[in-house]
Amino acid sequence: MNGMLQRELVATLRTRGSVLNPLGFLLLSILLFALADPTTQNEQRNYLSSIFLVLILLTNLLSLDAMFRRDFDSGALEQMLISAHMPFVAILTRIFVHWLGSGFLLTLFVPILALLLGLEPQTFFAIMLVLLIGTPALSLLGSIGAALTVGFSRGGAILALLILPLFLPVLILGNASIDAAISEQSYMAPLLWLAAFSSASLTLAPWATWAALKISVEMQ
Amino acid sequence: MFDEPPHIDSAHDTTIGDAGVLLQTFDLVCQRDHEDLFEPVNLAVMPGDCVELLGPNGSGKSTLLRTMAGLHSQYQGTYHSVALVYQGHRLGLDELLSPLENLTWFAGLLDQQWDPQTALQILARLGLLEQAHMPCQRLSAGQQRRAAIARWMMSPHSLWLLDEPFNALDVQSQQLLNDLLSEHCARGGAVVCATHLMLQVSSKKTVHLHQQREVAA
Repeated sequence: MNGMLQRELVATLRTRGSVLNPLGFLLLSILLFALADPTTQNEQRNYLSSIFLVLILLTNLLSLDAMFRRDFDSGALEQMLISAHMPFVAILTRIFVHWLGSGFLLTLFVPILALLLGLEPQTFFAIMLVLLIGTPALSLLGSIGAALTVGFSRGGAILALLILPLFLPVLILGNASIDAAISEQSYMAPLLWLAAFSSASLTLAPWATWAALKISVEMQ
Repeated sequence: MFDEPPHIDSAHDTTIGDAGVLLQTFDLVCQRDHEDLFEPVNLAVMPGDCVELLGPNGSGKSTLLRTMAGLHSQYQGTYHSVALVYQGHRLGLDELLSPLENLTWFAGLLDQQWDPQTALQILARLGLLEQAHMPCQRLSAGQQRRAAIARWMMSPHSLWLLDEPFNALDVQSQQLLNDLLSEHCARGGAVVCATHLMLQVSSKKTVHLHQQREVAA
């Protein structure tokens, strides 16, 4: 198992682009929003946090396509399907490393990104919590779509159509939490729902991803 | 569906078929788009067997191997197999990682004890010691092939399904591969190999895949 984790981490470090490009996209698009609307009024804070969450979802979507692509092309994926001693762990390792390079990294950058967008510093902690708890669900659910579309040479658009609807609960619950934080109320309720959603994804998504990968490898 | 596929039994399981049979097919016919690719194959591979799979291009050699590896589900008939090593046209090497790192990953996948010393010995035998720490994308096609061979040699599984393993290998490496296959069979392993080059292995068996004949209406 260490071998698997080590390989994923090393491979991620050697393809820095797959991590840095989505991050750059997020930074740029936030800058564009900030530039397009310099006179932000207080009432518009809610609206800004929604923009922030939507951009997080899109950034995640951008990084998903590469999740299994390289392994599919090199044949490492079929080796995984044949030889994996514990399929669940093999898939989960891959998803975990994807999350480290997407969701977790974005969480660390929240203070900078949210400041650029003009969000109140008091809400940063809430936003970071939302991302920390919500982004695992994005990587987990996204892996299903990535696995289904890995056989298509241009799977990007289909991937978006498949996966964005599944991301909705994260958007709605995340937004509810941040809204509550902005109006200085307790945001535990939506946050716990978000945690429940992530946990459910954790137990179900790897199986679906495994099945989807089998279909993709068989179709080639 | 999510556990090990039902047809793949653990290496020690001999409940199916005769004791010691590594791979057995009963009237196995692979299909693509609901068309049969070849006439039914009946095959029993015992330890020490080296089976050469011959047939013209497009006769379904690769599909047969993929089916027996559990990667193709359009088939009729049945087959039983122990856990195996499969080598397809795609080598299964991560290009960003070195041969050694690829082997580490594979050992992790199999949940196998990782022994770098053995891995280095195998790479040395294959003439890849200098390239052991070089990313696979910097290796030539033949070197990548040999790095893939190291994976079979590290594997604890005794049944090897190989699809055109001689591709991209120079004459010396072809000889080496023939030797390795002979050794593997002598140790009680078994090989099923689709190839255009005749295997230089003593006591090999040959299976010809015959195209499905058109039946006159």
